Amino acid sequence: MKTDELEPGRLPATVDELVPQLEATWHQEPTFLGWLRSVDHKSIATRYIATAFVFFLLAGLEAAAMRAQLSRPENRILGPDAYNQFFTMHGTTMMFLFAVPIMQAVGLYLVPLMIGARNVAFPKLNAYGYWVYLFGGVFLYVMFFLNTGPDAGWFAYVPLSGPAFSPGKRVDVWAQAITFTEIAALVASVELIVTTFKNRAPGMTLNRMPLFVWAMLVQSFMVLFAMPWVATASQFLAMDRLVGTHFFNPVEGGDALLWQHLFWFFGHPEVYIIFIPALGMVSAIVTTFTGRQVLGYSAMVLSMIATGVLGFGLWVHHMFATGLPQMGESFFTASSLMIAIPSGIQIFCWLATIWAGRPRLTVPFLFVAGFVVLFIIGGFTGVMIASVPFDQVVHDTYFIVAHFHYVLIGGAVFPLFGAFYYWFPKITGRQLSERLGRWNFWLFFLGMNVTFFPMHLLGFEGMPRRVYTYLPETGWGDLNLLASAGATMIAFSVLLFLVNVVRALRSGIPAGNDPWGGDTLEWAASSPPRPYNFPIIPVVDGQGPLWRHPVELPGVAGLRTDVREVLVTTLLDAEPDSRHRHPPPTIWPLLAAIGTTILFVTLIFTPWGVVIGMPLLFLAFLGWAWPRGRDHREQVAIEQEVRPAEARP
Amino acid sequence: MNALDAQGQAGLVMGALWDPMLLMATVTFVVVVGVLLWAIFRRRGGNEAPDDPTRDRSLGRVVGVGVLLTTLVLLVCLGLDISVGRAITATPGKDAVQIRVTGHQWWWEVHYRDLVPQRWVTTANEIHVPVGRPVVIELRSTDVIHSFWPPELTGKRDLIPGKTNSLWLQADRPGEYRGQCAEFCGHQHAKMAFLVVAEPADSFAHWLETQRDTALTPSDSLTRRGQEVFLASSCPMCHAISGTPAGSRVGPDLTHLASRRTIAAGTLRNTRGNLAGWIIDPQSIKPGAKMPPNELSPADLEALLAYLETLR
Repeated sequence: MKTDELEPGRLPATVDELVPQLEATWHQEPTFLGWLRSVDHKSIATRYIATAFVFFLLAGLEAAAMRAQLSRPENRILGPDAYNQFFTMHGTTMMFLFAVPIMQAVGLYLVPLMIGARNVAFPKLNAYGYWVYLFGGVFLYVMFFLNTGPDAGWFAYVPLSGPAFSPGKRVDVWAQAITFTEIAALVASVELIVTTFKNRAPGMTLNRMPLFVWAMLVQSFMVLFAMPWVATASQFLAMDRLVGTHFFNPVEGGDALLWQHLFWFFGHPEVYIIFIPALGMVSAIVTTFTGRQVLGYSAMVLSMIATGVLGFGLWVHHMFATGLPQMGESFFTASSLMIAIPSGIQIFCWLATIWAGRPRLTVPFLFVAGFVVLFIIGGFTGVMIASVPFDQVVHDTYFIVAHFHYVLIGGAVFPLFGAFYYWFPKITGRQLSERLGRWNFWLFFLGMNVTFFPMHLLGFEGMPRRVYTYLPETGWGDLNLLASAGATMIAFSVLLFLVNVVRALRSGIPAGNDPWGGDTLEWAASSPPRPYNFPIIPVVDGQGPLWRHPVELPGVAGLRTDVREVLVTTLLDAEPDSRHRHPPPTIWPLLAAIGTTILFVTLIFTPWGVVIGMPLLFLAFLGWAWPRGRDHREQVAIEQEVRPAEARP
Repeated sequence: MNALDAQGQAGLVMGALWDPMLLMATVTFVVVVGVLLWAIFRRRGGNEAPDDPTRDRSLGRVVGVGVLLTTLVLLVCLGLDISVGRAITATPGKDAVQIRVTGHQWWWEVHYRDLVPQRWVTTANEIHVPVGRPVVIELRSTDVIHSFWPPELTGKRDLIPGKTNSLWLQADRPGEYRGQCAEFCGHQHAKMAFLVVAEPADSFAHWLETQRDTALTPSDSLTRRGQEVFLASSCPMCHAISGTPAGSRVGPDLTHLASRRTIAAGTLRNTRGNLAGWIIDPQSIKPGAKMPPNELSPADLEALLAYLETLR
């Protein structure tokens, strides 16, 4: 369709006339080049989710190899050199390439749909974020397969990770790979914040936002404040290693503990960056499957915000064994205990919601129930290790490994699997099998407990973390064998999930728009949603718009359909504010990401990386920002147009 | 080895802190999971509508009570933490034994200092302490961060380059207590263990006195040959034996090697066969360890082992 023939600002009269225009305007070429050029948040978020899931599988395979090695004392499946790379890759992949990206990716898919927007606020930047993330992950794994995988732990404590004790490129690869993920995470958080603040459907005031959107908002702010610390720390480390600075070298007046403060000031919030989106998923699933809104909306929102703020005040509890002054440590004990209160509030609110509602025991709901059970166990051990004297006993033992796997698998991966089952029909248009889903859940739940519960006891028996083997006389063999057996169950459950996904994609039951009877706006879109999400931007008059208007949503007219125009609304009350034109598909974000990759990778090997990479990056951003002729002229014309244009029907 | 039946400070922590916390956690877990199951199953089968939202106010009050109880439990935990923390960090009196432990990749250097430098005792991977007396351990590192932890005696403390840490412990019962490095420190983090040997005051004093002796001069031809092998090979590049020209401080001091229970930082029992294997091919026992393999003729090895066994 030639858009030039349309008079600018002319509105189609009916929905029937509107849809073909929207289809043409928001069309994404079904070619490989079209895929590379896509700026659609759903297309990008889907590949983001798929990529992160591949990294989850890789990190899972690494865990399986480690469990095989530890299943017997003095095993020789992995030597220390390989084992140290494996556990470093497992941690780095799970934290930087799986947990944070997949949470943000689910947010990038759902937030625009949940708030009735057509796309995220900055579509090109969004594409750039994904490509940078992908290239960073691929870079890390290429180096790993070349036996140059990082081996100083995902926490990379100096001086072990410094130039004196980790010669070679392994730690540089780590420091640079996480730089990629830092950029991607910051990009996604900026997208989510601006989209949430400025692109909500008219009437969706802040206090009508779905809890999941709130969760993503809080998480995005946490990313914004946490990532710069690890970026700073990892660049200091890279400078110590590559250009001979002495930030962390005690012999030259540097400080080894500075690294730990910087790293954990990021590292502890990181846990909540992973956990808070999961809270949003739980709230969404609880709402739909109990048939009522979650009790205590304000309490839930304030709890998430409190968690987000308090999350920055706990970092020292990772350092209780370093010999800091006791008075200071007590402060961090108190703050670590305090953060249990907002978590408690949310658990009680969900319990009350389930109590008052009529729960349907679907697979997503099962995962939420499993989440409550596992997360309480992880939460309790968390309260215990907030205590300085107790932490000094179990710190850096398998007790801690047990604790944080209960928190992260129970607290984040279970809700995430619930979310997969819940939103899979929306994303693909097909239903996953509930029968396989139940097997998936129970195997995972049992396997998780069989794997990680014995680790509490191993910690008491003195087994430290990050050991590639142990002596037979320690007596740790039996519990380790049990844990390895549990890991096999987890592997089978994930395999079942994959089978379920493949089967559903091939021959799943078509889902329809709203298979579960959800209350939020994404269920009003088709499954999978069209590139423009909604033919008509909905108008929202309360929480759970779909339950308030079961037949037809009220909508707003007035947006152009011949160009990619979106509605910008005010921050607090979501009153229509202005119209904003979105870019068509473009290859420049991909080229910019390639430039970024060349810069980062060459920098590890030579300072000339700046000279090679910077001009490329500059050219890519130049192409990115180049004003395109017709678009530019039209924008100017609109600005010069007489004001009453807005008053047209 | 199990921190659950620890003594001394670790025993106090486990008794006064872990036990009540475990009890509170168990009760809360049972209650919350019970409520969850009840909430899920109370309407199953029936076709009742969800509760009237007007009941939310009373449900909200129940949530409020739950939050209040949680806060109280947390306050109790905080009180316990602080009181136990004060009890275990109280500085011991002047009669405490002073020991310096230095972490190396991947072994522990142990010094018993004295006002007279000649009376210093240097040993490795085995810490002798008198029973019933507090022992202050000064912790240092010369390379990367390690962490000192004998689970049955006390909590752990890091050894950080550029910083001197300390902790104290007290063994109430004689015995051998195994400990292991708890902070990831590179390739052989897994095989960096040590032994705390707690013994009655008089045997401790006796042990300390014998450790002050210099090594015996070899008396027969075999051990004399062994000493020659030791001094002529690469051994003295890293190891010291007092009374001989070997004085390097890179690896463990071997002056009283034969008196130790283990070798290779708690990895092997100190037997003739293990020692031979460790000397010839340490890299298959602790891959990545700093000790190089040694090619020795059977006769030389025999002599070297005979010599090392005299180092009591």
